[in-house]
Amino acid sequence: MDQAKKTITYFFLVLWALIVLFPFYWMVLTSVKSYGAYNSEYIPKFFTLSPTMQNYVDAFTSVPLGRYFLNTIVFTALTTAIMIVVITLAAFAFARLDFRGRNGAFVLFLSLMMIPNELVIITNFVTITNLDMRNTFQGLILPSVTSVFYIYLLKENFEQVPDSLYKAAKVDGTSDMKYLLKVLVPMSKPTLITVTILKIIECWNSYVWPRLITDDEAYYLVSNGIQEIRENGFGRENIPAMMAAVVAISLPLIVLFLLFHKKIMAGVSRGGTKG
Amino acid sequence: MKVVLRNLTKKFPSRDKKNKKDVVAVDNFDFEIPDGKLIGLLGPSGCGKSTTLNLISGLEKPTDGQIFFGEDDVTRLAPEHRGIGLVFQNYALYPHLTVKQNILFPLENLKGKEKLSKGEMLEKAMEAAKLVQIDELMERKPGELSGGQQQRVAIARALVKRPRVLLLDEPLSNLDARLRLQTREEIKRIQKETGITTIFVTHDQEEAMSISDIIVVMKDGAVQQIGRPQEVYDNPANLFVAKFLGTPPINVFEGQVRDGRLYLGPDAVLPVRGAVQGAVYAGIRPEGFLLRKDGAFCCNLNGVEVMGRDISVVFAHKASLSPTIRAIVGAENLAEISADAGQVRFDLKPDKVILFDKKTGERIRVDMKA
Amino acid sequence: MSNEKMKESRPDDAAKARKVPGDNGRGALHGRKALHGRRAFQGVSWKSGFGSLKGWLYLLPAILFLGVFMVYPLIDVFVYSFEEGYNSASQTYLGTGTYNYSYVLHDPYFLQALKNTFLLVIITVPLSTGIALLISVGLNSIGPLRNLLQTIYFLPYVTNTLAVGLVFMILFKKTPYSDGLVNLLIQWFGGESVDFIDGPYWAKMFVLCFYTIWVVMPFKILILTSALSSVNQDYYRAARVDGTSKFRIFRRITLPMISPMIFYLVITGFIGAFKAYSDAVALFGTDLNGAGMNTIVGYVYDMLYGDSGGYPSYASAAAIILFAIVLTITCINLLISKKNVHY
Repeated sequence: MDQAKKTITYFFLVLWALIVLFPFYWMVLTSVKSYGAYNSEYIPKFFTLSPTMQNYVDAFTSVPLGRYFLNTIVFTALTTAIMIVVITLAAFAFARLDFRGRNGAFVLFLSLMMIPNELVIITNFVTITNLDMRNTFQGLILPSVTSVFYIYLLKENFEQVPDSLYKAAKVDGTSDMKYLLKVLVPMSKPTLITVTILKIIECWNSYVWPRLITDDEAYYLVSNGIQEIRENGFGRENIPAMMAAVVAISLPLIVLFLLFHKKIMAGVSRGGTKG
Repeated sequence: MKVVLRNLTKKFPSRDKKNKKDVVAVDNFDFEIPDGKLIGLLGPSGCGKSTTLNLISGLEKPTDGQIFFGEDDVTRLAPEHRGIGLVFQNYALYPHLTVKQNILFPLENLKGKEKLSKGEMLEKAMEAAKLVQIDELMERKPGELSGGQQQRVAIARALVKRPRVLLLDEPLSNLDARLRLQTREEIKRIQKETGITTIFVTHDQEEAMSISDIIVVMKDGAVQQIGRPQEVYDNPANLFVAKFLGTPPINVFEGQVRDGRLYLGPDAVLPVRGAVQGAVYAGIRPEGFLLRKDGAFCCNLNGVEVMGRDISVVFAHKASLSPTIRAIVGAENLAEISADAGQVRFDLKPDKVILFDKKTGERIRVDMKA
Repeated sequence: MSNEKMKESRPDDAAKARKVPGDNGRGALHGRKALHGRRAFQGVSWKSGFGSLKGWLYLLPAILFLGVFMVYPLIDVFVYSFEEGYNSASQTYLGTGTYNYSYVLHDPYFLQALKNTFLLVIITVPLSTGIALLISVGLNSIGPLRNLLQTIYFLPYVTNTLAVGLVFMILFKKTPYSDGLVNLLIQWFGGESVDFIDGPYWAKMFVLCFYTIWVVMPFKILILTSALSSVNQDYYRAARVDGTSKFRIFRRITLPMISPMIFYLVITGFIGAFKAYSDAVALFGTDLNGAGMNTIVGYVYDMLYGDSGGYPSYASAAAIILFAIVLTITCINLLISKKNVHY
């Protein structure tokens, strides 16, 4: 009886794993099938004996996929870097500094966590348009360099550091900035790394804002790029080349995930949500 | 460096919304700490001893009063300019830095004229490490050290700048019993060796008495008594001090002084000479009891606890404020107590019996020689 | 929290801190982690005027960005939504009133989007939460492969929704060359093939729901498995000593213990599903109105920008309607959870 139960459990668990993995398998498989072979398979084959890299060459030559990549890397790196600076300073102010209005400011910050992006994106679109920052990196980056949630997360982390360390530093004449950089930041490294990774994932996958703010291909990110490819690139039917692009786009994050899956999962279970 | 506290007062705004009165953490502290002494600030939690330490360190600003180091008025000086070393209960070592980096940290903050070269810094760090005997551990991280070793590192870090005053905040509370004994001797040795005026805060009266040159007993922000440990123990200024010092604690009785005699319940235990009449509190130290078959003080015996060198006699008396009374007598007396008797009689040592005013708790000085 | 109160009342601590109100909000917002309050150190404000300024200086970048891109837009969106006849070229409007709302509420595209979104929410939230719970319980009961499976299950979280959506599209799509893998499976089981991408409404809705569930599962499984594994084993040991059956243990011990997390998932699930958009774009392309598969968020963006765009007022009205719906549903959820979450 117990054995049967176990078998059934494993069966369903493995089934779901297959459902999860199958799209990944299918995109890799399709991406190495030749255009001709793919279109001649009325019944798609589950493997191929003559894998080709031609689709990857096509993906990077007939559409500006490399450009999309570069844009996304620049966008992701800058957004993440600026955000880390902004949230570290803010979290430090909330966690350690004493100033009039701090508590009120913190409550205000927290209440901003409940504001959905959809509500503010309209005005932001108008603002960026009016500032003439459409199709610029500034326009892409600036609205997403603060995260109240990460400020909150980091503030909490900073507060785990005992008061006495701050007092000790003060007695030794350490400035607040030095204390932040030399003591708090190194001690909060795990959290900072987690936040960085989660932000990178978010940036890499962001679609809505870039779509609104860029209509010049030279500023497309990968998400917009793939949508563009789907609607206008390769001709609609070159599925293998499209899948090659999809693989190329997905690969960096999957590598990141394989390297850091423990950190990512721990970070997300502490309060990340998708979207 | 002598440290002078003049009318030092610290008030905090009340956190109680209904009662807006300020909380007085330190009330008019007036004291001159002589140069090169080890001072124990002692009191129950909430008595203001930690606040006093923070005021001396400069981490908090006094509401009123002044602090002098020698002749310098440091009241308005920021902590780093006072020349102090501070050691915390939880050591406050930077966990991501090695022992060496921790000790170097204060030196790296020096600016301008005081700035040291790398070599000088290392030399100073090594010197401090040697003083506390951790020079073997310089490359370790605090997480790899025992509590006692961490405490030594913290002391080395506090000493590396050659402070004028060393402040220790509950330095032994996080150590286990055996290490505590060892570390407190260590602190005493380091203090003697460096001659730095040292102030340390503790709630453990045994700890304070054992290593301090002078102890300061505090309660509710107010200084109760200042003096050499033995002096304070023998001549407490009030009932609070008497109760706070000594293990086992002093036994307190409702007493009556009539016709030149001190009565505890029906028993007239000691003659009293002095202008005192009526109800008093009588405190009797555990070592103040003498077992006598015909003693004046008759009690109900509860039991005897053997402690080796001494025995502790546990008994009850209806004049006592607590249900059990403890007396410490030499182990040779064990044979004299028959457990079935149910009763035990004592005579009292006059210098171990202390009278207090029933209303104010203040000491009543009387002569009780038999 | 009671622990905290106890500490607060120790007068010794008066020296160290005044109360930080954030402490309370923190517990309420993220009850998942036991927090022991550490208060900010308050002593070193010698030059209190300057000290005050310094704090704000550290906050300045965050306040600037949040002010410009969050607080101002929040007010502005309400203003927009009541400005009638707004012209984005000249930035003028004719008057104020509720016309934008009435326009949006009578727009067939919006009604279609509303219907799509509600269907999506009603189908995917219970289904994904239920399946995630089953999977998590299963995962929790096995030894070998557990970590591997857990990692695999999380994979969709880090993938680009748009990119993987394309894979789903080709799996479900019917083309002249091939019926697509899913249709072949259906035929193999003796069913009738159907175009899930350009075909009948129910088929398109099915793919959308399927993909949405695929996308949201990782988060739910992760949260539930960690909730399950944090239930103290002693409860199970005690129950087993009492001879409680496994099902009863699950019903009476496990479920109540993880009920706060389940409700957390339901609430965030509702909010997330109401904001669905990119999954639909991935499957059906950017012309969602044309495909009849638009969502409320999609409607907002379409009103703002694109071929049918240029109407920020309508977009604002639609966004506020969406926000009102989400707020209402969340409040209802919270009320229900208050009654049903057992601790």
